Amino acid sequence: MRGTDVSDNSNIRLMKGNEALAEAAIRAGCQAYFGYPITPQSEILEYLTDEGRRRGMIVLQAESEVASINMVYGAAGAGARTMTSSSSPGVSLMQEGLSYIACAELPCLVVNVNRGGPGLGTIQPSQGDYFQSVKGGGHGDYHLIVLAPASVQEMADFVFDAFNLADKYRNPVMILADGALGQMMEKVEFRPYNPADHIPPKPWATVGKPKDRERTIITSLHIQPEKMEEINLHLQEKYRRIREREVRYELVQTEDAEYLLVAYGLVARIAHRALELARAQGIRVGLLRPQTLYPFPTEARRGFTTQVRGMLTVEMNAGQMVEDVRLAVEGKVPVDFYGRMGGIIPSPEEIVKALEKLMKNSVAETAEVY
Amino acid sequence: MSTEILEPEAAEPDLAQMDCVYAKPDTLTDTPSHYCPGCGHGVAHRVLMEVIDELGIQEQTIGVAPVGCSVFAYQYMNVDMQQAAHGRASAVATGIRRVHPDKYVFSYQGDGDLAAIGTAETIHTVNRGENILVLFINNAIYGMTGGQMAPTTLLGMKTTTSPLGRTVETAGFPMKITEMIAMLPGAYYVSRNSVHTPNAVRHLKKAITKAFQYQKEKKGTCFIEVVSNCPSGWKMTPLQANEWMEENMFPMYPPGEIKVPKP
Repeated sequence: MRGTDVSDNSNIRLMKGNEALAEAAIRAGCQAYFGYPITPQSEILEYLTDEGRRRGMIVLQAESEVASINMVYGAAGAGARTMTSSSSPGVSLMQEGLSYIACAELPCLVVNVNRGGPGLGTIQPSQGDYFQSVKGGGHGDYHLIVLAPASVQEMADFVFDAFNLADKYRNPVMILADGALGQMMEKVEFRPYNPADHIPPKPWATVGKPKDRERTIITSLHIQPEKMEEINLHLQEKYRRIREREVRYELVQTEDAEYLLVAYGLVARIAHRALELARAQGIRVGLLRPQTLYPFPTEARRGFTTQVRGMLTVEMNAGQMVEDVRLAVEGKVPVDFYGRMGGIIPSPEEIVKALEKLMKNSVAETAEVY
Repeated sequence: MSTEILEPEAAEPDLAQMDCVYAKPDTLTDTPSHYCPGCGHGVAHRVLMEVIDELGIQEQTIGVAPVGCSVFAYQYMNVDMQQAAHGRASAVATGIRRVHPDKYVFSYQGDGDLAAIGTAETIHTVNRGENILVLFINNAIYGMTGGQMAPTTLLGMKTTTSPLGRTVETAGFPMKITEMIAMLPGAYYVSRNSVHTPNAVRHLKKAITKAFQYQKEKKGTCFIEVVSNCPSGWKMTPLQANEWMEENMFPMYPPGEIKVPKP
């Protein structure tokens, strides 16, 4: 294992987020990785080519992200625990493959270390791929399960969770990070995990047809509309179960909160600092940090509509998750948005200013009503 | 050519009294074919599956179906199969073969799939020398979508998107991708065949048998082109299509072994 020793415990390391994620993939029993270099996530490919191969992983540098995701399709269909990783422009190229994988119900992990766009954009961190990640991304009605880490620790932890969820629901899972989370170094502790205890049998995989069973066919083609509707209904039922069972979020100082900050990933940590600054000024503000972006913590937000006077969603984009926050609160409280784009990270002070503006407006709105 | 319609015999033949001289292998299902009359796909399917049956490797074989007319190959081929996105069959086959390095993996692809949208995947798969068989059916047209121009469409050939005949000025040249493939060091065995005569079928069968043998020995990629027809897309009878293919396709895509292992 790479990384710097920070204790006597070999499971504790000082590592980059990308490296921690790659190390976790090896420990999670990922059998095959297919990837293509792109900043700011190339360390994942590099780490696995070296460390992963040495520890028995199949690692292949593909000719493109299009090839990578289709190799994942083949390997997942053949029964392997498998993954790919990329950053925004590369993930765009994978959308066709992801749509096929979602329809064929193949478990796999796709990592997007989000950079600023649109276009070739910038290599700096961004959350501009929220819509693409949580609404489907490719053609047709489907969803990925999307996990949003906020630390190097979670870059590792969520890999185990992602593979477990992928197998549990036979669904592609995305870890949506950003360039800063991929590049920054923090302490990380790897949890004990024995893949054999978690990887279920895969009787649906293409491994060669024994005489005593029907052949296995992995396909997303169902040309009869009645059959295709049946497949869609089955998928939607699966997504309903996922929404019911797999929502995860973190609350910070929300018990007495009059205002609520909503942020995920790196921005949630900056919002945490903003919360401390605001509380020092006597503003009673809490923070809600979704850890799953799909399924989205809709109920959790709804619960706050009777408690808080307003919500401020902070993102590194032009305002994407804020649409889901507004849908969740159904207009019951004002929801403001503050964001920076193009690879710029918002500061805690900027967030406090946006919060003060929300307070002024929500008081004014309240005054108008009464 | 006229066809004589035979009256059925008055009495049912007693099958128990007859010798079985030719049968459908277990590697083919009983699904009725959706291919047009005279189409080469049916014979190519049959030959491929017959070889898998004769080699006794049905239980170790995983196939990849493309997008195009043969998207439904998995309905007829009685082996485990994955259906791939358009052009990506060789990438999918790579993923399967890397996970199962001791099994037999083939992709079955048409000209639009393999030589247009999937060119990058095709070339890189062969260049890596992936131990798979790529069976490439070249009928110089997009059959499934209604007969549009393909990368292998001949100059002057009329399709729905080259209604006056393909010209170099607007569409460039017919692509001889099999010759390109043969140049790659990862390609171990490259052959061009057809399925329009019993003799051609025998040659194809030999080629596929060799390819699976080489795959077992992990020699690299085996690439077999089958120059085929498309009576519906070409607007010809099956017989006319086969004659036209010999006269026009073979000069551009001559059958024969293109790259064979050095002795």
